Formats: sequence, structure tokens, C-alpha cells
Amino acid sequence: MKFRVEPFLWLAFSGGGVMAAMLLPVLVFLFAFAFPFGWLDPPDRAHLAAVVGHPITFLVLFGAFVMMLVHAAHRFRFTLYDGLQVKHRFLVAAACYGGAVVGAFLALHMLGSAT
Amino acid sequence: MSSEDLRYRPPVPVFWWTRKPSYLVFVLRELSSLFVAWLVLYLLLFVRAVGLGEEAYADFLDWATTPWLVALNVIAFAFLVLHTITWFSLTPQAMVLDVGGRRVPPAAIIGAQYAALAVVSAFVYWLVTR
Repeated sequence: MKFRVEPFLWLAFSGGGVMAAMLLPVLVFLFAFAFPFGWLDPPDRAHLAAVVGHPITFLVLFGAFVMMLVHAAHRFRFTLYDGLQVKHRFLVAAACYGGAVVGAFLALHMLGSAT
Repeated sequence: MSSEDLRYRPPVPVFWWTRKPSYLVFVLRELSSLFVAWLVLYLLLFVRAVGLGEEAYADFLDWATTPWLVALNVIAFAFLVLHTITWFSLTPQAMVLDVGGRRVPPAAIIGAQYAALAVVSAFVYWLVTR
């Protein structure tokens, strides 16, 4: 049987879609609106650093962020193919997944720097 | 019929998705992907500021109230809500659950996801603010 990468991309697309739907709204609400605007008192920096630095939080956040990036890359790839009728299929796929890989390294670096 | 004929695809206009509201919602839903990627990047920048120290953390909270950034985040959040609603609604079509030989009704699967969203949100809120 020929090995195909496409099923794994769809799997990551689904996993990332669930993460984006379940986990992202509360994170964005808190960190993009509630804390900056003072609707809620921003937590101590030391507390946040401790939460992010905990191995379980680190793994959950890293896994969730990477899956969400692959989800976004996969979905945007098909938006360009089908929605906007872009025909450069290899170039589009390379740019989308390449962006997700760069994002994954960035996530590792930034999450690591907070610990 | 030759194989060339089978491969023929009639050309589709670039703006085909403006013809019907349902097509437009489809493309907007797919475009939510860009905003999901932006929000991940934003959260990573927040994490980086936390790691850099008290001053960087305070600066980031200030920067997050810059009008253009607020506008971008509000638009991104709206697309995220569209993603969440459409994702939950599509799940029963992608996943058929049987319990005791009977199919779980789609409304129950959708409701369970909103319940899970509430639990996850409450847990994150507790973890961050305790």
C-alpha cells in the first residue's frame, strides 16, 4: 500500500479545529480583551510564568498551538485552491505548510523562553 | 471518450462565492483559518512578554489596547466565533455516534460540545486567575 501524507493532514486539521473551537475563545477573551482593558485584574507575571512553565501546560499549549497552525495552513490551502481559484498547487501547499512549520519552531522557542 | 475529455473542468469564476449568501458564509468560514493563525501568534507574543520580565509584560498589556490591534483582534475574534459555531454544527455530520444500537441525535452532540466549551473555559479562567 502506498504511503500517503494527506490523511494525516486531515487528522491534524480536525484536531486543530477542535482545539481552536474549544480552547482558543477563552484564551483570546482573557489575553486580548479582559486583561489589557482591565475588565479583569491582570494576573501576576510570576504566576503566569509559573503556569506556562509547568511541563503539562507547556505540552498542552505547544501541542494545541501546533495543531491549530496545521489546521489553519490546511484550511487556507483549500481556501486558495477552491475559494480563490489559485492554480499554483505546489507553491500554495509549500507556503501554507512551510508557514505552519516556522510557526511550530516559533511556538517552541517562545514557550521555552517563558520558563 | 478519451481521457482528455474526462479531465476537462469548466472554468470557475474567481468570485463564484459572491453569488449566494451560503457560498459567502462558506468562504468566510474557511478564511477563519487566517485569523486562527494570527491569534496563535498573538498568544505566543504574550507568552514571550511574560518571559521577558515585569516591564515587557506591562508594555505588552499597554500595546494590546492600541486601536489598530484592538480592531484586528475584534475581527479575529468574530471569525473565531464563526469557526466555533460552524465547527460544532458540522461535527454530527462528520461523526455518527451509536449508543446501545441507537444513533445519538445531532442536537445532543452539538449540545455536548458547548458544554465542553464551558468546562474548558471555566478551567482556563480558574488556572490563570487563581
